Amino acid sequence: MDLSQVIHHENKNKPKEEKHVFEVSNLNLWYGDDQALYDINMNIPENQVTAIIGPSGCGKSTFLKTLNRMVEMVPSVKTSGNIKYKGTNIFDPKLSVEDLRTHVGMVFQKPNPFPKSIYDNIAYGPRIHGIKKKRDLDEIVEKSLRGAAIWDEVKDRLDENAYGLSGGQQQRLCIARCLAIEPDVILMDEPTSALDPISTLKVEELVQELKENYSIIIVTHNMQQAARVSDKTAFFLNGELVEFSDTNVLFSNPEDQRTEDYITGRFG
Amino acid sequence: MNGFLSKEEWKKRLNRRLFINRIFYILFFAATTIGLIFLAMLLYRVLTQGIGYLSWDFIKGFPAPYPEEAGIFAGMIGSVYLIAIVAPVSLVLGVSTAIYLEEYAPKNRISRFIQGNIQNLAGVPSIVFGLLGLTFFVYIMDFGYSLLAGGLTMSLLVLPIIVVAAQEAIRSVPNELKEASYGMGATKWQTILRVVLPASIPGILTGSILALSRAIGETAPLLIVGAAAAIYSLPDSLLGPYTAMPIQIYSWVSRPGEEWPLVAAAGIIVLLIVLLLMNAVAVFIRNKFQKRY
Amino acid sequence: MDTSSTIKKKTLDVQEKIRQNKEKQKVLRKLEKVVPAFLLLCAGFSVITTAGILFTLLKEAIGFFGVVPLNEFFFNTSWRPWSGSFGVLPLITGTLLITLIAILVALPLGIAAAIFLSEYASARVRKMIKPTLEVLAGIPTVVYGFFALTFVTPVLEKLIPDLQIFNALSAGIVVGIMIIPMVASLSEDAMNAVPNSLREGAMAMGSTKFEVAMKVVLPAAFSGVVASIVLAISRAIGETMIVTIAAGQSPNFTFDPTMSIQTLTAFIVQGTSGDTTYGSTIYYSVYAVGITLFVFTLAMNLLAQYIARRFREEY
Ligand SMILES: Nc1ncnc2c1ncn2[C@@H]1O[C@H](COP(=O)(O)OP(=O)(O)OP(=O)(O)O)[C@@H](O)[C@H]1O
Ligand SMILES: [Mg+2]
Repeated sequence: MDLSQVIHHENKNKPKEEKHVFEVSNLNLWYGDDQALYDINMNIPENQVTAIIGPSGCGKSTFLKTLNRMVEMVPSVKTSGNIKYKGTNIFDPKLSVEDLRTHVGMVFQKPNPFPKSIYDNIAYGPRIHGIKKKRDLDEIVEKSLRGAAIWDEVKDRLDENAYGLSGGQQQRLCIARCLAIEPDVILMDEPTSALDPISTLKVEELVQELKENYSIIIVTHNMQQAARVSDKTAFFLNGELVEFSDTNVLFSNPEDQRTEDYITGRFG
Repeated sequence: MNGFLSKEEWKKRLNRRLFINRIFYILFFAATTIGLIFLAMLLYRVLTQGIGYLSWDFIKGFPAPYPEEAGIFAGMIGSVYLIAIVAPVSLVLGVSTAIYLEEYAPKNRISRFIQGNIQNLAGVPSIVFGLLGLTFFVYIMDFGYSLLAGGLTMSLLVLPIIVVAAQEAIRSVPNELKEASYGMGATKWQTILRVVLPASIPGILTGSILALSRAIGETAPLLIVGAAAAIYSLPDSLLGPYTAMPIQIYSWVSRPGEEWPLVAAAGIIVLLIVLLLMNAVAVFIRNKFQKRY
Repeated sequence: MDTSSTIKKKTLDVQEKIRQNKEKQKVLRKLEKVVPAFLLLCAGFSVITTAGILFTLLKEAIGFFGVVPLNEFFFNTSWRPWSGSFGVLPLITGTLLITLIAILVALPLGIAAAIFLSEYASARVRKMIKPTLEVLAGIPTVVYGFFALTFVTPVLEKLIPDLQIFNALSAGIVVGIMIIPMVASLSEDAMNAVPNSLREGAMAMGSTKFEVAMKVVLPAAFSGVVASIVLAISRAIGETMIVTIAAGQSPNFTFDPTMSIQTLTAFIVQGTSGDTTYGSTIYYSVYAVGITLFVFTLAMNLLAQYIARRFREEY
């Protein structure tokens, strides 16, 4: 775990008081009668990368999708407890999910560009929110593609269908699409699990760059990845949050025996 | 296996089984081709009989008491007018129904009822739709034996076919695309309008064209709701009398004499060409927009 | 790291713009409520159509049974509506005769084609034959009627000199050809759903393809095949133009296929043609015949759905 310590040693000098984008308290979640999340309490810091690790089926994706309320697309879902996004309760009936999701963007496991041109993919978000002027859209498209470090690769083929891009390019396009509405938070659910090592590396570098301006929460199966990219790491097991601490602490000196078992590869 | 049989005996049986296998292979193949042979004969017969009467005059001509003068123009235009009613009505109703069932309907008994109802409606004989049209559109709504009554009757007839085709197309849009849209704060209707429909339009179009070509060939319901055979002008209003290609063909088929079947065959050629073109368009759309996700 | 610093060096604040646009988006929120209501209304049309069919058939049929008693309708063996005898049996036997002949044609040919396509044919051959068979299903029935009358009947006449010009045999055969694609493609679907492991098991024991098809695939796909046949029966019962053109308009109470007969559907065409006046007993009788037809086909469709559902549960 030397690598993570090298990357993060500067963070140690940061002032301890940190702002939170999400404050999760006593969160429980059920799919029908099956409980998938148990009493989660967790404060997610702003402008940092938070990694979520844990064995398959432990509720990582469920937790992530709760943060932008995408989990509610499954009709049987019930929740209890509280999640505050920058001080506002996200379950408040007065807050629309559309509003929440314009501030909390999401990147999915499989690259999922629309079957449209590269330009229209990026312009999708702004357009649905009523930004129609060609000049504005042009600016947003370029800025977002640059932000996702893919501008140079696609600037000459903006009118081509996004399906012509490679898997890695598609995923960065999806990140750019997410950046286009300038959310505050980006949720990423195993964004590199469908990519080759080189594309993975590019996305990881991108995450590092983006954290200057965005709060990023990333689910990953890959512990090296969590160690490489994140500032804080949460370990989930069977729907419970077992441990949540600074990444270097969690990987070098876990408090909980189960965390240690997991990161040393004894199960999962 | 051959414990009780001598080697020769066993071999003989095996040969017999292989022989039977061979015979049935040929039989199954022959049975399959019978339908195709029938199709070939039908087309050949229609072509050889009708080609002599197929001329520019036939295409531009109106119905007439003499075979040499009869033409299919009124029928063609009538069919076009019918489709001009059927297409918008059945597409709006059908696609809306499909969107509702696939995207909005809660998984409850009402939705299941509507779904089952559509399936059953698709199995109702077309002539029964004719009876519905006769009572409802011709008499109760008092449209009379008019283009409008015929068009609306046909719309209801193809509605279930279009619903089913559109549902299939909508269902084939991957969930990931919808998630991407919702994830950016799009509303449900925005997602449907900008993601689901564009992605499913080729499928919807292909299915709809096939459904409409069914409407073009349908005869029975139009006979019931009063499409007339002897029409000497083009329909001038929605409530005017009209005819259609299959109605013309039917009236020629059922006339006595040596010549009329030949006229009917000429009409059939025109009808089949129209259907062929529509199917070609449908296949073209399907191939051009073949699923890329 | 310099690209990232440009990201939010704000020349254009998107979130701010979105906030400004929110007022305009109000319309959208309204639409979000109106649209599902509109869609549900459209979906309601199919239900209304069904209700309309039931209502019209029942209403006019009840008018009919006010004049003609039920037992005359169902047990009298003569259908001469213009001379006042309304026994539906000849129409039913006519319909059954056509259906029987059609199924005798379509059942062996359709199932054989399904077995050939699913068990013997290579992918390439299947790709060629299947769409061509589907063409048979796309040909308008008036064309089949023409072919039955002007080609099939004359050919049959050579074999059976007593054949009447309008006869059940010719019409029935052609209806049978018309429903082959239905039997073939639905049966083939059912056979394709049979897991390959079953076939491989039988193959491993040295069975020939024919034995596999007959002893493994056909029994396993049995209910699916039956469902396809029931559906085809329903189609044959409801078929109108072929029988109107080729089988004639003579409601004979007979099972002789060489005779001219009249089916339920053919009478509906005859009974609604021009000279029938609205409100006359003949007008009403059309609906009594219509509801009989409707009940027959609906029963077959429901039966097919029931069998098919059971079939799906098996896998
Ligand atoms: N749509 C659903 N309906 C019912 N149960 C679900 C649904 N989605 C997930 N679950 C259940 O919730 C639990 C958590 O699932 P989740 O997808 O969050 O796990 P995960 O940690 O993301 O796993 P993975 O690493 O495999 O992606 C699992 O037991 C799963 O079976
Ligand atoms: Mg997951």
